[in-house]
Amino acid sequence: MSNSAWETLSNQSVTAAGILYFLALLAHSAQWASLRKLPADETPETGQVATFGRFGLLLTGLACAAHFVALVARGYAADPNRVPWGNMYEFTLSATFMVTLAYLVLYRRYSLSWLSPWVVGLVFVTMMVAVIWLYERVAPLTEALSSPWLVIHVISAILASGVFFLAGIVSVLYLVKARVEAKQAVAERELVAAGAVGEGGVQAPVARTGIMARIPSTDALDRLSYRLHAFAFPVWTFAVLISGPIWAHYAWSRYWGWDAKEVWAFITWVVYAAYLHARATAGWKGRNAAILALVGLATLLFNFIGINYFFGGSSQHSYAQDAPATVSVVSEDAADHADAGWLLRAT
Amino acid sequence: MAAPELGLVELLRWCWRQLTSMRTALVLLLLLALAAIPGSVIPQADTNAFEVQRWKDDHPKLTPIYEKLDLFSVFDSVWFSAIYLLLVVSLVGCILPRTRVYWRALRAKPPAAPRNLARLPHHATYAASEGRDEVLAAATRVLRKRRYRVRVDEEAGSVSAENGHLREAGNLLFHLAILVVLGGFAAGSLWGFQGGVVVVQDRGFSNTITQYDDFVPGSMLQVEDLEPFRFELDSFDIEWLETGPRRGMAQKFAANLRYTEEPGGEEKEYALRVNHPLTIGDTDIFLIGHGYAPHITVRDGEGNVVKSGPAVFLPEDQASFRSFGVVKAPGADPQIGLEGLLFPTYMMIDGTPMSIFGDDRNPLISMQAYVGDLGLSEGSQSIYVLDKDKMELLDAEDGGLFRVDLCAAKVNGVENTSCEVSTVELPDGAGSVTFDDITPWVRVQISKTPGKEVALIGVILALIGLLGSLFIRPRRVWVRVRREDGETLVEVGGLERSNGGDATEEIDEIVAQLQGGRGTEKS
Repeated sequence: MSNSAWETLSNQSVTAAGILYFLALLAHSAQWASLRKLPADETPETGQVATFGRFGLLLTGLACAAHFVALVARGYAADPNRVPWGNMYEFTLSATFMVTLAYLVLYRRYSLSWLSPWVVGLVFVTMMVAVIWLYERVAPLTEALSSPWLVIHVISAILASGVFFLAGIVSVLYLVKARVEAKQAVAERELVAAGAVGEGGVQAPVARTGIMARIPSTDALDRLSYRLHAFAFPVWTFAVLISGPIWAHYAWSRYWGWDAKEVWAFITWVVYAAYLHARATAGWKGRNAAILALVGLATLLFNFIGINYFFGGSSQHSYAQDAPATVSVVSEDAADHADAGWLLRAT
Repeated sequence: MAAPELGLVELLRWCWRQLTSMRTALVLLLLLALAAIPGSVIPQADTNAFEVQRWKDDHPKLTPIYEKLDLFSVFDSVWFSAIYLLLVVSLVGCILPRTRVYWRALRAKPPAAPRNLARLPHHATYAASEGRDEVLAAATRVLRKRRYRVRVDEEAGSVSAENGHLREAGNLLFHLAILVVLGGFAAGSLWGFQGGVVVVQDRGFSNTITQYDDFVPGSMLQVEDLEPFRFELDSFDIEWLETGPRRGMAQKFAANLRYTEEPGGEEKEYALRVNHPLTIGDTDIFLIGHGYAPHITVRDGEGNVVKSGPAVFLPEDQASFRSFGVVKAPGADPQIGLEGLLFPTYMMIDGTPMSIFGDDRNPLISMQAYVGDLGLSEGSQSIYVLDKDKMELLDAEDGGLFRVDLCAAKVNGVENTSCEVSTVELPDGAGSVTFDDITPWVRVQISKTPGKEVALIGVILALIGLLGSLFIRPRRVWVRVRREDGETLVEVGGLERSNGGDATEEIDEIVAQLQGGRGTEKS
């Protein structure tokens, strides 16, 4: 297959994956529309609702496969063949793939059916954003990127980002669910009070229906969120503080240079470290921990999107623009750095 | 008289407690994250001095305030250092007592069984057919096999077991390793250095401070710490892409060096490439940039050569390598200065001179000539800037614009047959300019970072410690055997000592193993 054929295959697979994700989203929406009317503790194993759910999962699996084909084809489309992590479009494509994969892998273990519409919807939207705004044609890597460390550094960064993202969704759901639970508690107390005054008896607890009731309890969400973070944090540590610096040493002559991307990766690390620290020792469960986790996710996303677009040329990690590295073999920054040095030199 | 002293001691003790408390550590961690933000938003002198100068020129009012707050060198600033030093103190203050506690806990025996095992979050009860001693022996065996530390209390008829001690060890290792990383990092900035230099083809470099274009030494660096190596740039290989989506981009850069590690040492060769630094002793040499140096000869009015050789031109445009440079001939009288552009692959498009490719396929210089005083007597001056205060622009004899537009007589030593005009006479009999040749230059970064291995080992240890502290689950399990109505009643209770864990499964498995021979029915 020629390179352009691979590229076409990649684009077609992305389209296919997009459509499949959308259909999966439809299936899960249909499933949830029906589930909404049923009591939360009652989940039919057969019938229309269950079929919709299984169908959604199957479509997500197919979408994930197409997504994978898109990534592989993207790598084969480049000359020489390489890992598909050369620019923002490819990073986003890989990170969303990682989210879906993590979700599918953990689906059975943590019974994540309540997470389906959220994950599928977010992956679909993010993927479309990548296609519309970030798309770039396949191109060879800039010299500094051609290193085995690219594979090691980026795969760990993408894996950690994907799982942090999933954990972030769980944290958001935690906050929403906590609100709902608090409201329900108030409502129940009022009911009890009203019942006590009115008929002199306590009413039977109402069977809960609706979407929120199907999301697990705040305790379960909190625990799941912690586990996902506990998995992603060491991976992130490896990506940011081990493989990153080793590669930076070979490519840029310093292992840590407080480049904008490095600063923000460090900030993300510190925030998530604070989250785990709070969880592990200060017993800071629940709301505060969830907020801290979301702050961490915000710094992660800012690093991913913000640094590439707002700090453009001043970061050595700015792969958002085309072909950044012709003047200097490394990056523009090095040339700027050099200018400053030269000003000091006398004739 | 003792009261105020006691007060002071108490105050100190209180301060110490506050500083080493978890809450303070958390706040400091978040402060550290917050404090790092300006370092990414405001240009930093260490990484981008040029950008800092530009920022200062654009914001004359804010500059003094920012300077006072060290905002151009956040990561060396007093306040940033204060935060991480406090964090280090807090960390030490936290791990010292914890190590002591851990040391004691390591040698302590598992605690006796609580009176009511059914009150534990995870517990199970079943009736056994064996006798009391058999069950106790079986429990000891099963728990030992599951890597518990076991204590048997024959009298009370109970077994206490504990495992997962390594969790705390991991935790302590993680915190200690952070100190190791900081030590390694500090060593690098104290005893290391980083410098950059442009080396033109066929020229060389010796590792002494004066030969560097820019040099950032660590505060403890001694001159003897510079290794006495020397290298020469024989040639520079580059491959330009002529087709494909990144047409015009270059790849496979290689600077072919000949080097000696010390004076009189054996001469070796190395192809310096991106991602493949040359290591000499503790010093690393990296290829980070390249460009062109036109060889320009300037003659004065009497035909004497007043300036000759390569002049380093700086690329202005990434794609086309259009470069800017100056040539100074202080030996002429009056002195001659040239300033202008180099087009590596020149082409006139719609009346605009352009470089259409980065390779030097059709090199042309287009410069303006000045005569007068170069201002070199007034102290140091950049070789890339022409001080035109006391210089006069040369006009053509007819009063029009005069330009030195020349193509290269040779390209990298090879005759350039397509070039017709490589010499031009300056107006007013000021002299002449010849574009003899054009050769590449490379910019290398040379750095010595002692402690980088220490930092790396530190981070790896931290990661190992982290994994231990996150995934090892410390648990306590108790088994108690009672005779009741002629039956042997076995109670098993477990306590999860980390959060996010669930000992139910563990208890179930232990019960199943205890019941071993009789199948796995649970009570």
